[in-house]
Amino acid sequence: MRGPLTSGCKLLGSRDCQQAWICPPDLARCQPHSEETETERDVAEVWLSPEQSACSTSYCLSKAMQLALLCPGTDSRMYSTPPRERQLERVAVMGGTHGNELCSIYLVKHWLQGPSELQRGTFAATPFLANPKATKHCIRYVSQDLNRSFTRAFLTSQDTRDGPYEVRQAQEINQLLGPKGSADAFDFILALHNTVSNMAACLISDSEENIFTMHTCHYIQKHTQSPCPIYLYGCPGQESYALQSVAKNGLGLPPSSHPHRVLRADVLSHMRALVACGLDFNDLFNQGTSFPAFDIVAYKIIEPVDFPRSPCGELLGFVHPRLQDKDFFPLKPGDPIFQLFSGEEIFYEGDATIYPAFINEASYCEKGAAFYKMKKCTFSIPPLEAPVASAP
Amino acid sequence: MILRGPGKQRGLTGPVPDSGTQAGKETLEDLPYEVVRAQEIHLLFGPKGSKDAYDVILDLHNTTANMGCTLILESSKNDLLIQMFHYIKNSLAPLPCFVYLIDHPSLKYATTRSVAKHPVGVEVGPQPQGVLRADILDQMRRIVQHALDFIQCFNEGKEFPACSLEVYQVMEKIDYPRKENGEIAAVIHPRLQDQDWKPLNPGDPVFLTLDGKTIPFDGDSTVYPVFVNEAAYYEKGEAFAKTVKVTLTARSLNSLSP
Repeated sequence: MRGPLTSGCKLLGSRDCQQAWICPPDLARCQPHSEETETERDVAEVWLSPEQSACSTSYCLSKAMQLALLCPGTDSRMYSTPPRERQLERVAVMGGTHGNELCSIYLVKHWLQGPSELQRGTFAATPFLANPKATKHCIRYVSQDLNRSFTRAFLTSQDTRDGPYEVRQAQEINQLLGPKGSADAFDFILALHNTVSNMAACLISDSEENIFTMHTCHYIQKHTQSPCPIYLYGCPGQESYALQSVAKNGLGLPPSSHPHRVLRADVLSHMRALVACGLDFNDLFNQGTSFPAFDIVAYKIIEPVDFPRSPCGELLGFVHPRLQDKDFFPLKPGDPIFQLFSGEEIFYEGDATIYPAFINEASYCEKGAAFYKMKKCTFSIPPLEAPVASAP
Repeated sequence: MILRGPGKQRGLTGPVPDSGTQAGKETLEDLPYEVVRAQEIHLLFGPKGSKDAYDVILDLHNTTANMGCTLILESSKNDLLIQMFHYIKNSLAPLPCFVYLIDHPSLKYATTRSVAKHPVGVEVGPQPQGVLRADILDQMRRIVQHALDFIQCFNEGKEFPACSLEVYQVMEKIDYPRKENGEIAAVIHPRLQDQDWKPLNPGDPVFLTLDGKTIPFDGDSTVYPVFVNEAAYYEKGEAFAKTVKVTLTARSLNSLSP
């Protein structure tokens, strides 16, 4: 029997030479690549006991990665690698998650009329308009942010008839593209957004542990002209709440510096190219391509920083001009971050350099975020083995 | 003439005056919120067109269009405002400041500021909706400061010699190409995007479809587009406004000469 992969992991059981493990959610992820141990180098399949089979699937473990299982009643994080026996054929491209992000809406409506651009040799991606009511009124949401509505609590909520529109919509999407966490869920969701922040062609994922998504990001970075920083929004122990979490793998694309309620040709073109690139990668994978391991830089969320506010919540100042538009630039202790209406400056008081993102995003003011503090990390991503072709 | 600051205070709780119009006959509950609000402002700062109306209203706006610092003039014959705008432009230099003249029989719109005798529109962009940018805020603050400085100088009797002012006068508003269901069929072409106040010549690209088709400008002469891709104007059917350059003149103010 192999020893525990890291301290804190719990062995569920073993059969033959195979083992099933659960790792605790607070396991540190952002750490330098350690020396390989024999255990870490081994490839093992995971199986679940019958009572856990509702969310069972099998995964491969390769160097520097641990594995965990998403099971009801635990807070373990899911590591998602496509099983070698399956291609990724059920792919959705989602626009209009927020009804005022016009580029995604305009593109999806175009593809709904003629989806040939989303077709590849091994699959055809489905375009989907996520929030029709908000889209109709050109507002971010009707009752609550749809992109925060995909937690288990909302998806299993019973009495939704008089409840928020977006909860009903989330449940409908979960039925169509999920159920979340199940073997029947879509293989991949590309979720299109816009942001007013200066974040280049940011690629948004829950976690570096989703190997397929990280390989997709790496491929996009290598095949597009503009920078594509990777933004990881998952927190240990926190359930993934975004729309793309319905699928087994998901990626958010918010090409940036784009006002809400506006259509810019350059951003439309850029978004289209990013989608094409992501679908190309999926197709290459399905055709039987294996992709080698690599190291990649990504920015992992720490916490939001709110605007300076009065006791009743009114803004007392704004993002400092030296911080404005400086997404993913280093922010050091003592650097200015806000300016009050009175003229006084406020400085960053942290202990270490961080990397701010979503600086002055319009829709985050209500969420108490003038910007998000991010930690710059380097992750070693294992190779992605080609799938075995699907059975006819 | 001395420009006054706040003088008479009008209550907000008085009844809506019955002007004899359809709006005046309806109850408050029937009216759209903004109509009720317009009537309250009319009470506070008007009545519009009367001698009791406020002297000046500075009406502050932002735009998603790349218009920089813009002053909006409602009448080509308002010497006081032509002089004020001339003063503001000179004070802001070298920061550019453009003047948009909306004196047009059908395109002039009924603004909040039109309640006052001298309505001043201030438009600063580009700024996304829902966002407060330090640079845009600073520009707007400077415009307001210079406008108030002008009023102070005028009230103190300072002489302003006759001047001329280059303005961009609205000629026509151009909508997006649309489908039968009203949805936009093409977007502002990348070569027009952000090119407010720059010459647009016949044959220059203005729109681009998702199929890659470019729609050129089919006008007879060069125009100067403004409010290019303003978010709030999609619903008003305005992708941009065509303007022409005009030079206005204003007589001297506070002149001691006969």
